[in-house]
Amino acid sequence: MQTNYILHLADNALVHGQRVAQWCSHGPVLEEDIAMANIGLDHIGQARMLYQHAANLIGNTTEDKLAYFRNPEQFLNYTLLELPHRTAFAPSVQTEMDYAVTIARNFVYAALMNLVWAQLQNSSDTQLAAIAAKSVKEVRYHLRHATDWMLRLGDGTAESHTRMQAALDHVLPFTQEWFAPSPLEKDVIDMAALHSTWHTMVSTVVAQATLQMPSQAGHVSRGKEGLHSEHLSYLLAEMQSLARAHPEATW
Amino acid sequence: MTQQELPLFEVFLRSKQGLEHKHCGSLHAADAQQALNMARDVYTRRMEGVSIWVVASKDITASQPEDKGELFDPAADKIYRHPTFYEIPDAVGHM
Repeated sequence: MQTNYILHLADNALVHGQRVAQWCSHGPVLEEDIAMANIGLDHIGQARMLYQHAANLIGNTTEDKLAYFRNPEQFLNYTLLELPHRTAFAPSVQTEMDYAVTIARNFVYAALMNLVWAQLQNSSDTQLAAIAAKSVKEVRYHLRHATDWMLRLGDGTAESHTRMQAALDHVLPFTQEWFAPSPLEKDVIDMAALHSTWHTMVSTVVAQATLQMPSQAGHVSRGKEGLHSEHLSYLLAEMQSLARAHPEATW
Repeated sequence: MTQQELPLFEVFLRSKQGLEHKHCGSLHAADAQQALNMARDVYTRRMEGVSIWVVASKDITASQPEDKGELFDPAADKIYRHPTFYEIPDAVGHM
């Protein structure tokens, strides 16, 4: 088993969890606020198990060191997961978070992780297989939650339809990275083989939501190789600053 | 953007040990199916339940507080309706 692949899964879970948790106390309605906090915490729980596993494999390190004392270029998460909850790229253009982007990202990512965890349940790494068995139940609910909102917003009002489509157009090109071959997944999982099932899962809901399936073409991001957007540094700075200012602190 | 309040739903949970669903609160949702999802997130995060019912609040017919006198007060002096006038044989033990 490749340690970097475990770190990749852990970084995905931590960065996505941190992003989703940004809705805590900012949700569009109280019920969704709590739903986002739950989903964020599910991912942070997955991240903890994966970092612990990675720390054991690496030796002489801890889950906290892996989460809080690695720099952006050492993180192996997908680029899509670090992007803010909005469609514009420049941080100065818009400051509002757009729930449609959150839902679109949660939807395509939960669809992917349903397939990935299902496959990893059969991993020869028994620890990873156990983490997969626990996580697959969580992401099944994440998919259910995101699918529900895809349908409601896509097939809702004119404004919700337009914003949902814009969010989907923004998110889809970044999913190319997931299926692009890299040394990371070698001998662990064949991501390219998951593409057609994932595409069918996503496009079925997209059509049902009266939306158009955007193109997956264009620039292929490379976050999983450590080449990130500027947004990851800001996210990590906020998340890591306390642990770095007070190493070994307990409360 | 138009702001519209979503309809209110009442949430009932059955705990692992409980036999019946108990009212635990309410929430706003677009429809019953969504209310079920939201109830899962809002009310079962700490393993409170193994089954959820949701009912649109508007479908509940409730007694009015001002009817309290005629509905409930007459029961106050009918102590003979409580089964407290029976001698319980010792063999029965604690009931």
